[in-house]
Amino acid sequence: MTGVKGEWPLYEVFVRGKRGLNHVHVGSLHAADDEMAVRHARDVYTRRNEGVSIWVVRADAITASSPDEKDPLFAPSGDKVYRHPTFYDIPEDVPHL
Amino acid sequence: MTTTVDEAQLLEDFEHTVAQHDRIEPRDWMPERYRKTLVRQIAQHAHSEIIGMQPEGNWITRAPSLRRKAILLAKVQDEAGHGLYLYSATETLGVSRDELTQMLLEGRQKYSSIFNYPTLSYADVGTIGWLVDGAAICNQVPLCRTSYGPYGRAMIRICKEESFHQRQGYELLMTMMRGTDEQRAMVQESVDRFWWPSLMMFGPPDDQSPNTAQSMAWGIKRDTNDDLRQKFVDMSVPQAEALGVTLPDPELAWNADRGHYDFGSPDWEEFAQVVGGNGPCNAQRIAHRRRAHDEGAWVREAAMAFAAKQVDA
Amino acid sequence: MSHDPETSTQTSPYEDLYGGGDAAHWAFGTGFEDPLAGLGAGEAAAVPEGVSPRDLATYSLMLADDALVMSHRLSQWCSNAPELEDDVALANIALDLLGQARLLLTRASAADPAVVPTLPEGSPVPAEDALAYFRGDQDFLNVRLVEGEDADFAEAVVRLLVFATWRLALLSRLRDSSDPVLAAVASKGVKELTYHRDYAGRWFVTLAQGTEGSRARLLAALDRLWPMRPELTKGHAVESRLAQCGVGVDPTTVGDEVDDVLGQVFAAADVARPDAAGLAGVQGRTGRDGLHTEAFGRMLAEMQVVARAHPTGRW
Repeated sequence: MTGVKGEWPLYEVFVRGKRGLNHVHVGSLHAADDEMAVRHARDVYTRRNEGVSIWVVRADAITASSPDEKDPLFAPSGDKVYRHPTFYDIPEDVPHL
Repeated sequence: MTTTVDEAQLLEDFEHTVAQHDRIEPRDWMPERYRKTLVRQIAQHAHSEIIGMQPEGNWITRAPSLRRKAILLAKVQDEAGHGLYLYSATETLGVSRDELTQMLLEGRQKYSSIFNYPTLSYADVGTIGWLVDGAAICNQVPLCRTSYGPYGRAMIRICKEESFHQRQGYELLMTMMRGTDEQRAMVQESVDRFWWPSLMMFGPPDDQSPNTAQSMAWGIKRDTNDDLRQKFVDMSVPQAEALGVTLPDPELAWNADRGHYDFGSPDWEEFAQVVGGNGPCNAQRIAHRRRAHDEGAWVREAAMAFAAKQVDA
Repeated sequence: MSHDPETSTQTSPYEDLYGGGDAAHWAFGTGFEDPLAGLGAGEAAAVPEGVSPRDLATYSLMLADDALVMSHRLSQWCSNAPELEDDVALANIALDLLGQARLLLTRASAADPAVVPTLPEGSPVPAEDALAYFRGDQDFLNVRLVEGEDADFAEAVVRLLVFATWRLALLSRLRDSSDPVLAAVASKGVKELTYHRDYAGRWFVTLAQGTEGSRARLLAALDRLWPMRPELTKGHAVESRLAQCGVGVDPTTVGDEVDDVLGQVFAAADVARPDAAGLAGVQGRTGRDGLHTEAFGRMLAEMQVVARAHPTGRW
């Protein structure tokens, strides 16, 4: 079992550390769905600090514009946050792509 | 693939950014070798965190006090978190966690050789904290300023927790040294086993480390292997004295001219053996990881199937 | 090289090595608030009027041992979970329960020091560890549900769902205990167990509705564990006596709530409530009487081996 079909999608996590502050991007995680992503975010990113507010969003649902970032692959705005794996040859020959 | 900007211009922009000690971010153009080197380095670091859960996890069920059990469980949990942050950093470079896991299981990417040594007494939990985490910190603190943004940000969080782990490990050894004669002997025996492998964690001597120069130019690496090793020895000697243990190196001596400790050479033959897959625990560590991954497959698939049904409903 | 914590700077990764700084929250998961902070030393040791100290200690041990053994089994998932995120989640739950166990063991020893095993003269082992590591298996008072090693993730989910549902029902009532220590421990525990139950409940539904294979595994796990369910709300004479004087909770009073909550999860998962009979005891004795499973003896042997080899050791 290689697990590729079971690989959970990537989510981005935003946390409001305390009232009065914006939600800030703190990192990513994998989850099968939004509910699970929220639970995982709580466990992974706020396990030492209760009571904060968490947002999660699937990484592939974010639209990005970064004119400052020099990327020839994409139009200057309205694209994905990360380069998608299929744009690349993987460092070594990786099966299941 | 379409190229809309001249590649020479992109390379110039990239090198300018790195030279300014500014950060490269995921959507930036980057030389393919930079990307590959980063993927290899971050993945190796992530794998080390995940495989590193095993030697310490080996003692969770036998921790001799409830306080130590809580500390150890929290620490191994942190390592899972560190692996997770680092896999995420690699994903910004276009390689998924699942692909990285496959490469680990197939032996195409490495992890730190220190974790191919067995943990044979509870003192090893302390020694790993003190020496292994200490060596890791020496390696990792400079990486908080690494040129690749997501890697540096992951490292800041990781270093914060690692420094606490190191303190906990040292504190365990200090406590044991105040205990019984058997406990003191246990600490010394553990330090004897882990001292040399800890020195090997910095990698081969500089004259045998071909990638160092390019990695330093790219700001992926900030100090040479030998410089970091020296720093670690200088830091550890007074800590060993305060602890009351002997470091197992007859050549260890203060050199006033250099302002550093002189020390002996690790057994690089053993290092080659362990890196080459023949260490005491290489096969066991990978088999454990493979079993956990394979046994989890049906759970991961069930969650995806459930999520798909929720969308359809 | 000297190191003075007073002069070290934020940029030094070694600032914490020799102490200084309040960094405890980096070590103990979510449990870094001391739930007994509001209590004076006297209050933390006093036994409420009209309560037998031995009964209070025994009751505290029952609740402590449930949490301690469940935590131990969950901790065995560390580095074995289906995905890294669940490694972290299961460790969080194990840490929460370990925290509850430690407070309750300390409560037991304070209520009646005679329950703490005697160690060699001069042993520095604290009471919580003497109780955890130096009691024999028949001195443990946990229910048998928590003792088994999980055969797979489905079993972990079912065990945790049943356990957390039951313990949450107990602790939410125990918040009103006339013993301020038990009330404080329960207060903290309720927040934790609410999350544990939610985690297990969601996974229960996910596995039941996921794939054919996951559903089969879940149902098999439920069949294996369901015979342990009746013991949870059977009740023991000590629990009954402490409930009568307002210190404890009688488990026989939470059976309906447990079944109701589990019924809601079963409905969401489209799973029928199993029809299995309760696991028999031996001459009527079950977990609360010190009668345990074979698996428990092996678990305890492993858990206690290092501590028992060094009865005067310092850790």
